[in-house]
Amino acid sequence: MTAQPRPSAHPLPRNGYDVAEVRKDFPILSRQVHGKPLTYLDSAASAQKPRAVIDAMRRLMEEDYSNVHRGVHTLSQRSTDLYEAVRDKVAAFLNAPARETIVFTRNATEAFNLVAQSWGRTNLGPGDEIVLSEMEHHANIVPWQLLQAERGFAIKVAPVDDRGAFPMDRFVDLLGPRTKLVSLAHASNVLGTITPAAEIARICRERGITVMFDGSQAAVHMPVDMKAIDPDFYVFTGHKLYGPTGIGVLYGRRETLATMPPWQGGGDMIQSVSFKGTTFKEPPERFEAGTPPIIETIGLGAAIDYVTDLGMDAIGAHERALLHHATMRMEQLEGARIIGTAPGKAAILSFTIEGVHPHDIGSLLDRAGIAVRVGRHCAEPLMDRFGVGATARASFGLYNTVEEADRLVDAVKAVQEFFA
Amino acid sequence: MFDDLRDLYQEVILDHSKRPRNFRHPPDANHQAKGENPLCGDRLIVYLTVDGDGRIADAAFLGNGCAISKASASLMTELVKGKSAAEAKALFTGFHDLCTCDDPPPLSDLVREEDLEKLHVLSGVRQFPVRVKCATLAWHAMDAAMAGAAKASTE
Repeated sequence: MTAQPRPSAHPLPRNGYDVAEVRKDFPILSRQVHGKPLTYLDSAASAQKPRAVIDAMRRLMEEDYSNVHRGVHTLSQRSTDLYEAVRDKVAAFLNAPARETIVFTRNATEAFNLVAQSWGRTNLGPGDEIVLSEMEHHANIVPWQLLQAERGFAIKVAPVDDRGAFPMDRFVDLLGPRTKLVSLAHASNVLGTITPAAEIARICRERGITVMFDGSQAAVHMPVDMKAIDPDFYVFTGHKLYGPTGIGVLYGRRETLATMPPWQGGGDMIQSVSFKGTTFKEPPERFEAGTPPIIETIGLGAAIDYVTDLGMDAIGAHERALLHHATMRMEQLEGARIIGTAPGKAAILSFTIEGVHPHDIGSLLDRAGIAVRVGRHCAEPLMDRFGVGATARASFGLYNTVEEADRLVDAVKAVQEFFA
Repeated sequence: MFDDLRDLYQEVILDHSKRPRNFRHPPDANHQAKGENPLCGDRLIVYLTVDGDGRIADAAFLGNGCAISKASASLMTELVKGKSAAEAKALFTGFHDLCTCDDPPPLSDLVREEDLEKLHVLSGVRQFPVRVKCATLAWHAMDAAMAGAAKASTE
C-alpha cells in the first residue's frame, strides 16, 4: 500500500504558495484574542491544525472507526488499512527505505524513552560514553539520565558557540573509543540552529557509533531524507507538524531495530503468549504495545498530505523569508538581543529585551493578540549557556505573514515603551 | 497599546521591580531558601536574619524574575521586617487570599490592615491566574526559609 498522488488543493504560484489562501485552511486563525486578531507565533511549541486534519479525524470516527489489527469485520479491516497506510505516508515523507522502519509512538519524548529503554539498556554500561549537545531539549537529556543512574555510563556534552552554531571540530573532539551513541537535535527549538545531520551520521558510522536525531523542529521546516542522512534513529512529533497531539514517530534503521528487545509489553506486539514464555513480533509492531492512537495517526496522515501538497521546500522558503524580515527589524530595536544567530537557521526567533523579563513580554504581547512562548523552553542547560534565565521565542509556521512579523516587532517596541 | 494592563503593572510595581528594595545578601542572614518557578524561569533566594526572640530582624533577596515576582519580593522584604514567624505566615496567608479570592476570608488578628493595603497593588494578578505564581514566589521562599527548608517551588 503506498500513498496515492493527490490533486493539489493549492495550485502553486512559481515561487511558493498564496499564504492568504492557506490561512483559510486553518479555522483557528480567524479568531480574536483580547479583541485583536490572533497572531500565532508559537508553532514550535505546537502548530495549529488545518481543516483537512480535523475532517480526517472526524470522518474516521463517523464512518470507519474500529480497533486495528484485531478483527475480521469490515470496520476493523478498514481502520487497519487506513492506519497502516499512514505508515507508508510517513516512510515516504522521510524518504525512509522501508515501511518497517517506522514505529508509531505517543510523541517525540516517548520515542526517546523507547530508544533509551530498549537500545540503551541493552547496549550502554559502565565505561561507555554518549554525546549530547548543549542545545538539547529536555526530552533528549532526561531519558538518558534516568538510564545513566542504572547503567553507569558517562554523558558528554558538545558545545555551541556564541552565535548558537554547532562547531563540528569541538563535537568530533568528544568522540572516542568509548563513544557508543550520539544523540543530537537536528534543529534547536530555541536557537533554530540546524546541525549537519548527514555529515554527523557519516562520521559516526565510520567509527561504529550509533546516531540519533531529534527532528521535532527540523521535519516541520524542511525536507528530511533518511536515505541521505542514514541515521540509526530519527524522531519527530505529529503536533508540531500541523497534526494532532498523541502521535509521534520513531524512524529506526532496520538492522538496528532488529536487535532491540521490546520496551513495553501488551497486546499487538506479541507473536504468541503462554505462561511458559512469550514471543514477540518483528519491528515495528514489537514496539507498539496496546491499542495505538488510531485516530491521531489518521490525523497525522492528513497533516503529512497537507504539508507535502504545499511542499516542504516551499514552506521552508516562506518561513525563512519571515525570519529574515523579523530578524532585520528586531535587530534595529535598541536593547533587544537575539539568542541564536547561526547561519541557515530554522524560523525560530528567541530574544530578550533589556530590563524586561520575558514573562512580562509574554503577558503584554498576549494583550496584543500575539502568542509567543516565554521561559526556558525545556532547554535549561542552554539558558545557562547563554547566561539568561529565560527568553521570549517567536516561531514561524507555514501560515504566518510578513504583517504578523511586523506586528510582533511593533508590539515589542511598545513593550519597551511601557516599561521605559 | 497596553493601557488595560496598567491594573496589573501599577507604578508601584514598576518602581519596585526596577529598583528592588533589600536586593542584597546580608552577611548575618541565618535562614535562607530558594524560590523557583520552572515554567517561566524565575529564580530567587530569600535571606532572613532571625533574632533570639524569633523575630525577623532583616529580610533581603537576590535573583532574577519578572516585574511581578521582583516587586512582590521587594515589598515583602519591607513588610516582614520586625515580624514574628506567626505574623509573617499570617501576612502570607492574607496576601495569598488577596491574589486568589475575589471575596477574601476575614483577616487573621496577626495581620495589620495597613500592611495588607500596601500589597493591594499586586491584587491585579487575580485576573491573570498564571501570574499568581509570580506574585507569591518570594513568599513561598520566605515561608520555606522560616520552616528551615532550602527550596520552594511554585510550579
